[in-house]
Amino acid sequence: MYTGTALGLFGLLILLLHGAGIRFFSNTIDLILALLSLSFGILIYSYALYRGHPEGIKNNGVWRRALTSRGWLAILSGIVITGFYIVLYFYPQYLGLGADGAKNTGLIALFDPLSQLLKRQPASQWFVYGVLYTLAIVFFGIKFMMKYRHNRYQQFRTLSVMFFQFGFAFLLPEVLMRLNRPYFNFANMWPLNYYFFDQWHIDGLIHAGTLGMFMLIWGLLMVFVISPYLTYRFGKRWYCSWVCGCGGLAETAGDPFRHLSDNSLRAWKIERWLIHSVLVFSIVMTVSVIHSYLGDDSSKYWLTRSLFLGIVSILIAGVAGGLYYFKRYEMAKDARFGMIGAASAILLLLINHFFSGNGNIFFIDAGSLRSWYGFAIGSVFSGVIGVGFYPLLGSRVWCRFGCPMAAILGIQQRFLSKFRITTNGGQCISCGNCSTYCEMGIDVRAYAQRGDDILRASCVGCGVCSAVCPRGVLKLETGEIGVKL
Amino acid sequence: MRNIIIIGNGISGVTAAREIRKRSDDHITIISDEHPYFFSRTALMYVFMGHMKKEHLKPYADAFWEKNRIALLSDRVNGIDFENKMLRLDKNNPVSYDVLILATGSLPNKFGWPGQDLKSVSGLYHMGDLDRLEKWSGSIRHGVIVGGGLIGIELAEMLLSRGKTVTFLVRESGFWNIVLPPEESSMINRHIREHGIDLRLNTELKEIIDNGRGEASAVTTSKNETIDCQFVGLTAGVHPNVGWLKNTSLDIARGILVDQYLKTNQDQVYAIGDCAQLRTPRPGRRPIEAVWYTGKMMGRTAAQNICGTPIEYDPGIWFNSAKFLDIEYQTYGFIPPSPDDSTHTFYWEHPDGKKSLRINFDKETGEVRGFNLMGIRFRHKVCERWLKEQKPIDYVMHHLEEANFDPEFYARQEKDIRQAYAQQFHTTFA
Repeated sequence: MYTGTALGLFGLLILLLHGAGIRFFSNTIDLILALLSLSFGILIYSYALYRGHPEGIKNNGVWRRALTSRGWLAILSGIVITGFYIVLYFYPQYLGLGADGAKNTGLIALFDPLSQLLKRQPASQWFVYGVLYTLAIVFFGIKFMMKYRHNRYQQFRTLSVMFFQFGFAFLLPEVLMRLNRPYFNFANMWPLNYYFFDQWHIDGLIHAGTLGMFMLIWGLLMVFVISPYLTYRFGKRWYCSWVCGCGGLAETAGDPFRHLSDNSLRAWKIERWLIHSVLVFSIVMTVSVIHSYLGDDSSKYWLTRSLFLGIVSILIAGVAGGLYYFKRYEMAKDARFGMIGAASAILLLLINHFFSGNGNIFFIDAGSLRSWYGFAIGSVFSGVIGVGFYPLLGSRVWCRFGCPMAAILGIQQRFLSKFRITTNGGQCISCGNCSTYCEMGIDVRAYAQRGDDILRASCVGCGVCSAVCPRGVLKLETGEIGVKL
Repeated sequence: MRNIIIIGNGISGVTAAREIRKRSDDHITIISDEHPYFFSRTALMYVFMGHMKKEHLKPYADAFWEKNRIALLSDRVNGIDFENKMLRLDKNNPVSYDVLILATGSLPNKFGWPGQDLKSVSGLYHMGDLDRLEKWSGSIRHGVIVGGGLIGIELAEMLLSRGKTVTFLVRESGFWNIVLPPEESSMINRHIREHGIDLRLNTELKEIIDNGRGEASAVTTSKNETIDCQFVGLTAGVHPNVGWLKNTSLDIARGILVDQYLKTNQDQVYAIGDCAQLRTPRPGRRPIEAVWYTGKMMGRTAAQNICGTPIEYDPGIWFNSAKFLDIEYQTYGFIPPSPDDSTHTFYWEHPDGKKSLRINFDKETGEVRGFNLMGIRFRHKVCERWLKEQKPIDYVMHHLEEANFDPEFYARQEKDIRQAYAQQFHTTFA
């Protein structure tokens, strides 16, 4: 284990030294050395950790170690990761990003050889990040699979996130760029992918021939057809813990911190208001952005501003009205109030705009909304806080409190999905392992000890509650909506 | 509004309180001196192992009690005046009750072993046991566990998790074989040894040796071996915590005797959970069943009787579950260690030696009597239905898939199980 840790730290040291402009050999050799050290460091550590122990739950000492129980090591790692994200998002020049066509230096230059190899372009800070991110998911994924080698659900799910991260989020987009095609991740969708409807992105797709059109249609199908169907059929887990990159990192590198999620009632309340506010923000921003680049003349392009706003109004009124009409008895008071309130506010603003003509729909220009969203949600929330605070707040802070995609899938899961976690008769002994290890902070025990099914918008179906239950009480299942299994 | 007092804040007492609150507006007080709040006793081990923190043991948030108007009193009842319906307390003035529920739980058995009251000798039952074990943990290198049952194996697992070595003394010829049939018992024997525990079967504790400072330093066994250790875990079962009530007019045998309505022989006094002994248990059931869910059921039954909807205590079809290190165990219905003359027993074990299924059924009619599972999860509802409807073994064999409760993608064993059944009973089944 010491060997593994030392090797991993050595890999990090190489990266750090390059960040400071110090090289060992050439960039190529140093990069290979660093990536191999990191990979093998994780592998050796994991092998040593689980070797010789019979298959089973491996949570011994989780609340006793400084790294995993908010000790000094957790605070230190939190600061380091947060710092990395701040530099990555806001000061990439310190990583060595060459400005205005200048050559990369430092850390980013270290990754130039790999970037050249893949897409014949120099690396960017996002390339560096993508490589490290993918490496973390793949190798901590292997660690997770060793940890849960007795549990095929965990193994398959982890293989899946590893595959989607490596193939769809990392390799395929880079290869597409090498082939002079648009950078596109087929496994990412609006609203998590908040630039999908940006003008430059849509234009890029439209001008990229058949493949581009396919990507555009695929993106729309994902939002409006594929994802609702899969969520109906399997619950939001098909995305959040099987496909998504954010979820992928949380489930692999973030797994040692899953138990740190706050499962108090207060946290749940904050979660509900926060995540749905982000969803509203994301819708407002997107509508405003699309509106800003559409025209008024239907002879130039069929989708005019008025038509677009009409479609949006019908969608919002339809979804909110439908949910209210069919599901209001399943909704808590604040949920009804929040949903109807937000939908009415947006609709009123749209109607107001429709009759008053020009100007900004939401009183703020689309560009500002877009850049605020990118800054506050895209960078600070999902990255700096979302990952930087893993060791303090748990691995799913972003997914639970901030991700608008999770919010949409959550609403679908809560009201229009066959998925639920079932409780096995009277076997629950209220031990609390399920609630403790729920990364979404769901108080699973509260349901299980009453013998109730667990039907929660936030559940990402990771299956760990079921795995850690010592009495075989919990099972992820799909059945008819509204019928208790 | 009556004044209902519950002594004991374990699962039975707390369930009674909650269920009474659902049905009435009475004044409810729970008295306990063990811990200010209800906690999950069954999860004490996970705190020591570092899987959870103490705060995770609480099934209800602290605000729950005030919200539901259930008063919690930290005190110890040291005497009951049944005539005048009064309780004497250690710290507070005596209190009177209109209805009293005794839910005082169990105490660990000690069989008069020399040295059993030394420091660094303990069971694992109370919150205090956990605190003491935590305090001693630093000086424990080797522990000896006495008693081959559920708590014994948990205590062994706890010590292992903190890097200590363990000797496990089991009086019987196999782990828990007063309950488990031989095959299941030997599976667990193997698994215990796989974890590096020094399992000694057919071995009893003779004496715990004092190191001169009032602490255990070694034990001697019935085989006259001496084993050095810094901790001795005594886990030879539990008995009802009723000693303090002897010499009162309360009718007590091993536990507090109760009728089908969980009433004691005293007016407006009920007893539930581990401390209660049924005068006439249902056929095939024991008069004292110290398990979590019967405590829950008794709490609910007592609440209904107190709130004017009399109902007999009906524990339904027996079931239970446990986890032996990494192997989960579930049982539904009646599976004795060895079948009686009217019963066939079908046993299938996976080649990995960590999964098994046993089904007992009637030799004549084929109707199933019980299920034992190791390493496979079955659905409680389905097993219960089959047992209630007395489904024949052939039916069950054809419908095994319905009962499976394993997580998705787990390797399914039904085909192998059917083949084994056909082989064992020479049927052309499968």
